[in-house]
Amino acid sequence: MTHPRRRSTAAIVLWLIFLLACVGIISRTQFTTDLSAFMPRTPTPEQQLLMDQLSDGLASRLILVGIEGADAPTRASLSRQVAQHLRADRTFVSVNNGEPVNTERDRAFLFDNRYLLSPAVTPERFGADGLHAALSDSIDLLASPAGLLVKSLLPRDPTGEMLQLLEQFNSGTQPQLVEGAWASRDGTRALMLVQTRASGSDTDAQQRAMAAIRQAFEQAPGATASARLVMTGPGVFSVTSRDTIKRQVTRLSILSLALIATLLLLVYRSFNALALGLLPVISGALAGIAAVSLGFGAVHGITLGFGTALIGEAVDYSIYLFVQSEQNNADHQSWIKRFWPTIRLGVLTSIAGFASLLLSGFPGLAQLGLYAIAGLIVAATVTRFVLPSLLPANFRIHDLSAVGRTLSHLVQRAAALRWAAAIVLLAACAIVVTNRASLWNDTIASLSPVSQADVELDTRLRADMGAPDVRYLVVVSGASQETVLRAAERVSTLLQAHVEQGELAGFESPSRYLPSVTTQRERQASLPPRPLLETRLAQAVQGLPVRAQLFAPFLDDADTARSQPLLRASDLQQTSMAMAVDALLLQQHGQWRALLPLTAPEGGSIDADPIRTALKTIPDALFVDLKAESDRLYSGYLHEAIVLSLGGLVAIIALLLVVFRSPLRVLRILVPLAAAVITVTAGLSLFGQQMIILHLVGLLLVAAVGSNYALFFDRPDPRTPILPRTLASMLFASLTTVAGFGLLAFSDVAILQALGVTVAPGVILALFYSAIFARQADA
Amino acid sequence: MTRRTRPRFRLCALVWLALLVSPIVQAAPLSIAQLMANLAKNPQGAATFTEKKFIAILEQPIESSGELLFIAPARLEKRTLKPKPETMVLDGDTLTVERGRRKHVLQLKDYPEVAGMIESIRATLAGDRKALERVYHLVLDGGNERWALVLTPLDPKVGAVIARIRMEGVKDVVHRVEILQADGDRSLMTIEKQAPPQ
Repeated sequence: MTHPRRRSTAAIVLWLIFLLACVGIISRTQFTTDLSAFMPRTPTPEQQLLMDQLSDGLASRLILVGIEGADAPTRASLSRQVAQHLRADRTFVSVNNGEPVNTERDRAFLFDNRYLLSPAVTPERFGADGLHAALSDSIDLLASPAGLLVKSLLPRDPTGEMLQLLEQFNSGTQPQLVEGAWASRDGTRALMLVQTRASGSDTDAQQRAMAAIRQAFEQAPGATASARLVMTGPGVFSVTSRDTIKRQVTRLSILSLALIATLLLLVYRSFNALALGLLPVISGALAGIAAVSLGFGAVHGITLGFGTALIGEAVDYSIYLFVQSEQNNADHQSWIKRFWPTIRLGVLTSIAGFASLLLSGFPGLAQLGLYAIAGLIVAATVTRFVLPSLLPANFRIHDLSAVGRTLSHLVQRAAALRWAAAIVLLAACAIVVTNRASLWNDTIASLSPVSQADVELDTRLRADMGAPDVRYLVVVSGASQETVLRAAERVSTLLQAHVEQGELAGFESPSRYLPSVTTQRERQASLPPRPLLETRLAQAVQGLPVRAQLFAPFLDDADTARSQPLLRASDLQQTSMAMAVDALLLQQHGQWRALLPLTAPEGGSIDADPIRTALKTIPDALFVDLKAESDRLYSGYLHEAIVLSLGGLVAIIALLLVVFRSPLRVLRILVPLAAAVITVTAGLSLFGQQMIILHLVGLLLVAAVGSNYALFFDRPDPRTPILPRTLASMLFASLTTVAGFGLLAFSDVAILQALGVTVAPGVILALFYSAIFARQADA
Repeated sequence: MTRRTRPRFRLCALVWLALLVSPIVQAAPLSIAQLMANLAKNPQGAATFTEKKFIAILEQPIESSGELLFIAPARLEKRTLKPKPETMVLDGDTLTVERGRRKHVLQLKDYPEVAGMIESIRATLAGDRKALERVYHLVLDGGNERWALVLTPLDPKVGAVIARIRMEGVKDVVHRVEILQADGDRSLMTIEKQAPPQ
């Protein structure tokens, strides 16, 4: 007797050390809710770009702000007050609401550097003919209403370079001004575009930025109760989804623990038993989090949400122990002998199923896999080696034999339902086959934890703002800033042709604000020396209603420009062009990159093929459709997950074949599981819910949990009846699982909800099918 | 003779008087209210225009021409055809300017200087005295057969750009718009009414 006792003491000590280690690891774990879980571990160049853009790109740093309610003058004055406040805050790089804030400085910068910046500056333009043509254009413009604005510029800028630049930079559609501030098209909302200094992936910084905006709004002198503030943008999304996930995970854990505890109390009628029963669960949860933390460096909020649901599964092992061996200590030992092998096999099949997820290139999925495996192994091990030694000598739970006997009668009659079950199953198969094309949702949006209302607000504000959705990009990479700027200039020339053909509404390029050194030199060289320019000008004014003397300031300016220092990135500081260059010209991973976002024609889309073909002439230039790229990324994950799940299935079958060495027996175990999986799939399809990757994980869980039931129902000799206690334990085990996962079905977070609606009905179905299709004594 | 002439004179005088009575009534100084009422009767009008701009830095005036279309109460289209096609549409408070492939949409009230210039024409065509008097001091000269309306900006912002606008017309038709800018440059637009498009 001493020997097992010593062993059990050792087990308890080891277990406590293990728990302490887990707690130690968890205390140093970083919890995330950002998109990192959805990013591939080994990205392609396009995916790398997508990741950089999502986490750090220009779009990720934009917050769109709307002010609604009250009346137009109030909204506009609130917009001005908030903007003024935010402009003084270093959290924000720029705050734009249509007020002419940088206009003076921008205009001065453009005007002083017009001969370096204007793409129209070529040697021909400053020949006699070129000057003549440019001058007559400028004079024509004087005749138009805009003439009022250009009149004063004519003596210094007769070729209209300033106008060229202004037109180029104003190519983006801007919202209309109402009462001096941007407003939506229908005029019911004042608009503001804010760029944060911190990247969109820095959720804490984004949260502070949002708080600063809200505070500026609430404390604005013109604040009224009738005006409302709305915000959207990638950063806002990550903040709200973090809040949502945090809130939901906390609420779900508390609720599911409470629910399961109540259920267990009802069954056990003993607080002792309840506390002891939860030990394996807590150990499993801690082990799961610690394992993910060690394996991935951080734990995603979704993994925790999944973990709370897994509580319902891990508690099964202690239920089996308590319910199946109700008598005394000796009985616990006999439980270990009689039932442990079955449970061990159940755990092994679950592991075989989840192990396949570990191979996924989708870190979120691999995290779930690791969590489930570690959690289940530890929960089962603690139940087997620690829990029996912890049970007090007089440990007793409520007598469940009455329930067990009722279940026994029911199970014996379950076979009568075979035909009905077969018909249901056939119908389910038919549904799955008919709807096979629409079973899966392979857009990445389906994973998003952002609510539909938030997405709609985002779409509305974006449309109002004419904000770049940064979906289409041309990216050029190179070893130096000069190389990428040169390449960007070549791409710009190409894209300009597409703009002129109307295939593109416009595009942006860092080379617009900061031309390459080569181009700047070429432009300087296009300006002839003063005496020559003077002669040409004299020829150019022939036949035009102007005298050459008028343009003396032009001769001065052109002369200065010939020798002016070339523009560098630092010269843009303090102008609104600096923001554009910051966002579009990047140095990352030891490489330079220029981004050229494209704007689709109004109401149309961009035909990628001609642009791709045209870009082939420029090496290192890549056309990227970020939306298609992210959808492709996700559908890649999905297909991979399907393949991996099938792999998991094969592993389960192989495992069972090795253990039982009887294909027929294995088939009998698998049939109820397959039936449950098919029926759930059909049900989802019937209710119009397209499956995402998390439904697949749910199906895998159904197979894992259900395998326990199928194994209990499986007997080599059908004449041995299943013990009433065993039946009772299975019923309670499935009830706790349903309680744990059923709660997820009510979650607002799509991916948690997907797990819930799959696992909860799936587990019940697996139990029913196992009972119905079990071998009968009279069969 | 005198006896004969006297009645004659009387008769003549009466005839003259009779003849004069109605013209006197009509030629009596036209009131702004009347002019505006007359103008307001036209629900729409299409016309061609020729505009000459006299700009100090240019040796000769530059000329542009095109079409004008007014639809009461608030839509004014100015389509310049020469020397470069350009369209300017004022509808309500929104001004849309299209030149080449560029399109600019502005809210009139955000550009008081531009608004002043355009509003003067639109409000005159619409016979909208209230709109005119918000921006200008009005002086009317002449009678119904030939009148001249001179607008002087009230708002110093507008005054910094426009010194004076002089509209000339006959009955309910505007024929000439002369805009004198604050810097001495001026433009003269002559309008010829077209038959209303059936």
